[in-house]
Amino acid sequence: MSVLVDDDTRVVVQGITGGEGKFHAEQMMEYGTNVVAGAVPGKGGQEVSGVPVYDTVHEAVDEENADTSVIFVPPAFAGDAIFESLDSELDLAVAITEGIPTQDMARVNKRLSETETRLIGPNCPGLITPGEAKLGILPGNIFAEGNVGLVSRSGTLTYQVVDSLTNRGIGQTTAIGIGGDPIIGTDFVDALELFEDDPDTDAIVMCGEIGGEDEEEAAAFIDDYVDTPVAGFIAGRTAPPGKRMGHAGAIVSGSGTGTAESKISALNDAGVPVGDTPEEVADHIEEFLA
Amino acid sequence: MKLHEYQAKTVFADAGIPTPDSQLASDVDGVVSAAEEIGYPVAVKAQVQVGGRGKAGGIKLVEDADEARDAADSILGMDLKGYHVDRVLVEEAVDFVNELYVGITMDRGEGKPVAMVSTKGGVNIEEVAEEDPDAIAREHIDPSFGMHPYQARKAVYDAGVDQSVARDVSSVLTTLYQLWDDKDGADAEINPLMVTADDEVIAADAVMNIDEDALFRQPELAEMEEEAAGGDDLEQKADEYGFDYVRLDGNTGIIGNGAGLVMTTLDLVDHYGGEPANFLDVGGGAKAARIANALDMVFSDDNVDSVVFNIFGGITRGDEVARGINEALEQFDEIPKPVVVRLAGTNWEEGMEILNEDLVTVEQTLEDAVQRAVEYAGEVNDQ
Repeated sequence: MSVLVDDDTRVVVQGITGGEGKFHAEQMMEYGTNVVAGAVPGKGGQEVSGVPVYDTVHEAVDEENADTSVIFVPPAFAGDAIFESLDSELDLAVAITEGIPTQDMARVNKRLSETETRLIGPNCPGLITPGEAKLGILPGNIFAEGNVGLVSRSGTLTYQVVDSLTNRGIGQTTAIGIGGDPIIGTDFVDALELFEDDPDTDAIVMCGEIGGEDEEEAAAFIDDYVDTPVAGFIAGRTAPPGKRMGHAGAIVSGSGTGTAESKISALNDAGVPVGDTPEEVADHIEEFLA
Repeated sequence: MKLHEYQAKTVFADAGIPTPDSQLASDVDGVVSAAEEIGYPVAVKAQVQVGGRGKAGGIKLVEDADEARDAADSILGMDLKGYHVDRVLVEEAVDFVNELYVGITMDRGEGKPVAMVSTKGGVNIEEVAEEDPDAIAREHIDPSFGMHPYQARKAVYDAGVDQSVARDVSSVLTTLYQLWDDKDGADAEINPLMVTADDEVIAADAVMNIDEDALFRQPELAEMEEEAAGGDDLEQKADEYGFDYVRLDGNTGIIGNGAGLVMTTLDLVDHYGGEPANFLDVGGGAKAARIANALDMVFSDDNVDSVVFNIFGGITRGDEVARGINEALEQFDEIPKPVVVRLAGTNWEEGMEILNEDLVTVEQTLEDAVQRAVEYAGEVNDQ
């Protein structure tokens, strides 16, 4: 079992004719993902690595029964690409693109509330169900099948923690990178709810970072609704206020909201141990599963 | 990207928001002639991107030419919280009876814009938000529709703004939202929005932050960016290289890929008793030349005594990283600062074969690499 993605998922890659889109479509297929179509305006009728390309996502849905899109469209056009996937009534849209203007995402966010489609990202590495399928740019070889669900705001930090787990023989049900932007689709609470409802997920890792209040909201949700044990990590303990640490969303505001301290204490209060190092997170998970 | 006050005032005035008469000056004579033209009293205001300019001596009210000269002398060339002042705004002093606050920002929790109005203007609004949150009226806006006129009125009345100026304040708020929307603002605020004895409103300060990810469609604002660019020499160099870089106070230099992992590396340096000198994210998929530039960046910070290079490759490849490190280090007869390297993920084995291990210290895990770099930085300090 897993959440959101498995070997039945039928994927359309938006932007499949671009460098990144083509490379990662091939990597996804090599991993076993069922990539059924590409969608690029003006490129309908072409083929990329054996995958038929359509001008619109709607056609990819009509012709190939695509139910999920992975978006590698440049930032200026990515908001529009997300709208297209929402209006095509897909189950899931995964936006990898980094650097989408925040006001575009506010409009997407509004539309999202009116549709049934779930959005992951943007500015995220995607998600993977080891042994079945990956959607996005995660390096498949570090993951292993298992019973730990992982949700993270950061791509490479996910890899670091997963590597620690896999090296100890602890595999994953699904790992979800929710992205480092101020406005994202699926948030911690959504992902925690999915893992809590998944009978095969026996423990959860949650990797947060400074900025915003999503981790605090997640802590409150865990306290009220989550029985599956959760271990946490928060990046940015040493970040000075007012400086954006790479991610658009990773900033401690002048008034002191969004600090690592506030997130760690909220998680601790909800009974979630927070590791000082990625290895300590793996230690906690090992204890949960022992 | 944060606009300077004089830039934001121009943008606001062009949109029809009333602002005081003002001129930019960069020398003492310029200040005096601007003041004469505007008419005393005037305020002389340092144009640097720091808060609390007034308290730090960066804003002075002057009544005549002698005072203008003295103020210009003391402000121009001063060091204001680490920023060199080379320009001042000479501005008509407004006689006010009240100070309001109006602002637009993105509420990230709600994922939509919010308009804010308060009668407690002229002070740090974040403090007001903390101590007396009810003193700020908030109205969320549907970003796909825009602000309804009634919403501006509602926020203004909810805040308790006097009826005699409510219409004008609503109009300023509506214009401010339009600007924020048109110009891809992150924040736009006027604090204080002054109310005069004749019931006129006037924007005595102007703050405008632009979403950097949207500058591609804001060519006029992108042109202002060069002038708005703040930061020290190293931060400007990082801009040229296109790195996400933040300079800190410590002596352990840090290079990595991915914001979360680089932040984690900083935290670990601190955890193991060291002090991070910087945040440097090379981004995804960096090629050898970019890796070499990153090392050059961190080496050129005199505070740095050792460097930890931590790469977990997803789209970044270990062989490219190793080539870049070799390239950067082989040009030296003697390596200027010890470099500790940890490679994992995509193509790390190939990377390890390429990496010239005579020039660097290799560690297998993140924790070991950080501890080693902290140790090296400490040894330099002890000497």
